[in-house]
Amino acid sequence: MRLASRLVHSLQKQPFLHTIAVSLLGSSPAYRSNFLKSSASTSTISGSKLKFSEIEQTKLGFLRSSKSSLALRLKASREGVGLVQETKENPPKLITKSDDGIDSFAEMKHRFLSFKQQIYLENLERYQSLAEAQAPKFMVISCADSRVCPSYILGFQPGEAFVVRNVANLVPPFENGPCETNAALEFSVNTLEVENILVTGHSCCGGIRALMSMEDEEKSSSFIKNWVIVGKEARSNTKATTFNLSFDQQCTHCEKESINNSLMNLLTYPWVKERVAKGLLSIHGGYYNFVDCTYEKWTLDSSSEQETSGYAIKNREFWS
Amino acid sequence: MSKYFKGDAAASKQVSSIGDELDKDKNYVGHKNITTLQATPQSSTFDPIERIKYGFKCFKIDEFNKHPDYYSKLAEKQEPKFLIFACSDSRVSPTNILNLRPGEAFMARNIANMVPAFNQLKQAGVGAIIEYAIVALKVEVIFVIGHSRCGGIERLLSLPNVDTSFDFIDDWVSIGQPAKAKVIAQNPCASDEELFTLIEKESVMNSLVNLLSYPYVRTGVADKKLKLMGGHYDFVNGNFQIMEVDYDIKPTIDI
Repeated sequence: MRLASRLVHSLQKQPFLHTIAVSLLGSSPAYRSNFLKSSASTSTISGSKLKFSEIEQTKLGFLRSSKSSLALRLKASREGVGLVQETKENPPKLITKSDDGIDSFAEMKHRFLSFKQQIYLENLERYQSLAEAQAPKFMVISCADSRVCPSYILGFQPGEAFVVRNVANLVPPFENGPCETNAALEFSVNTLEVENILVTGHSCCGGIRALMSMEDEEKSSSFIKNWVIVGKEARSNTKATTFNLSFDQQCTHCEKESINNSLMNLLTYPWVKERVAKGLLSIHGGYYNFVDCTYEKWTLDSSSEQETSGYAIKNREFWS
Repeated sequence: MSKYFKGDAAASKQVSSIGDELDKDKNYVGHKNITTLQATPQSSTFDPIERIKYGFKCFKIDEFNKHPDYYSKLAEKQEPKFLIFACSDSRVSPTNILNLRPGEAFMARNIANMVPAFNQLKQAGVGAIIEYAIVALKVEVIFVIGHSRCGGIERLLSLPNVDTSFDFIDDWVSIGQPAKAKVIAQNPCASDEELFTLIEKESVMNSLVNLLSYPYVRTGVADKKLKLMGGHYDFVNGNFQIMEVDYDIKPTIDI
């Protein structure tokens, strides 16, 4: 299958790429590798901001697909992108599925331009400094659930937290082999050298519910089941201790137990365990209940490891 | 009681009411202004717990408590329109740059915002996200957002000429190998920095193509119930590019 892919935005339905750009006069600081950690340094960029409505045109090449009648083609939309017309603040409309009339494309454009005007340009020095290097103090492992974004509920601003989001905020153990979660873990611990890892779970988690509903050790063609099985130890612990509770209550218990399971799985990574032992890395669990808007957090007590009884936790807090 | 940790119930458990604390907090600047606070240099005694407590406090007071109907409805059910793939990079949270509100986007974040091709043995994590988003949540748009100065893409570009191997990272970023090969072949004279940006964007397209290897994505796109979009956030210059993808089967021709 030959595929064509084009980057196209058009005001007059022509295949040119328009970017809405704010050009900063003066030289950009020399690029430093982002992958190799460097301490963030501030560079001043001299010059003035051009008008917000300036547009750069860039023509890009594109591939043509085969002309076969059965050929499947990917082509980028020729839809026009309106010029920047909003200079006054328009509060963004919430995008919901019932709003069929809202064009996703246009809405995303509007959202970005609002961000750019109200936040990016207002904090330009900080954003330029961040562009050089990131030095976040947190790595956060959170669920992909639309209601629990850590940037929103914990207020993380650009530069503060390296975030991985997957179904049910699970951390698989080292022996499971490579996946997206432990690749991010490897980067944040070894390269960014974050000081804190926070595994944050939440109420009414669909992934945990799926885990609790599964038959034992079922080989499945479902991705969800093949993923959430990472939390099977949390499920068996839960079922052993809460068999007298309702299913919903059991799921709540499993949501928290799964966080603890993930904290323990973090310690199966030798470079995590080493940094924790040296006091360079702290590991925290967090639980967001979005029904009554409370947050519970606890920290692994790294000094407490004993051969027989495992780790303890400390500093458990409940915010309501 | 957790089976993992001893002394759980006995551990000191502080219960604090956010509202009471707010009255005493002279530094409270509110949820929307939190960027201003963070722009100030952090003190040498950074307390991570105080930081997230403050963030949660701002959210609860300024957002949750002000829109009780919205949040109580959301607590019962989420119906996000978007599934977003974004990079884990601390600077590119779509919630910040696209002002997303709770309930709008089911979001996956991983290194270099990659979507691997369908692979039940190896890629259960990403597969679970896509499966849940489409089958359970019935999202309408999948949006893959790349960005400038991506460490994952930089690593991909450097491979295999690296001093240290990172087993998990190298395995993951290799998903973007087709994008790298294509860009290098098409741009033999480009500098490393130019290649870098080109691969960031081509990798987004590579991920969009990989999405089509998932049967439910293909069905959704063919039935016109699902749209695919790509994006690239350039935080160096403050730009954002969006690409929409059309997927079309032309009518048959009788031979």
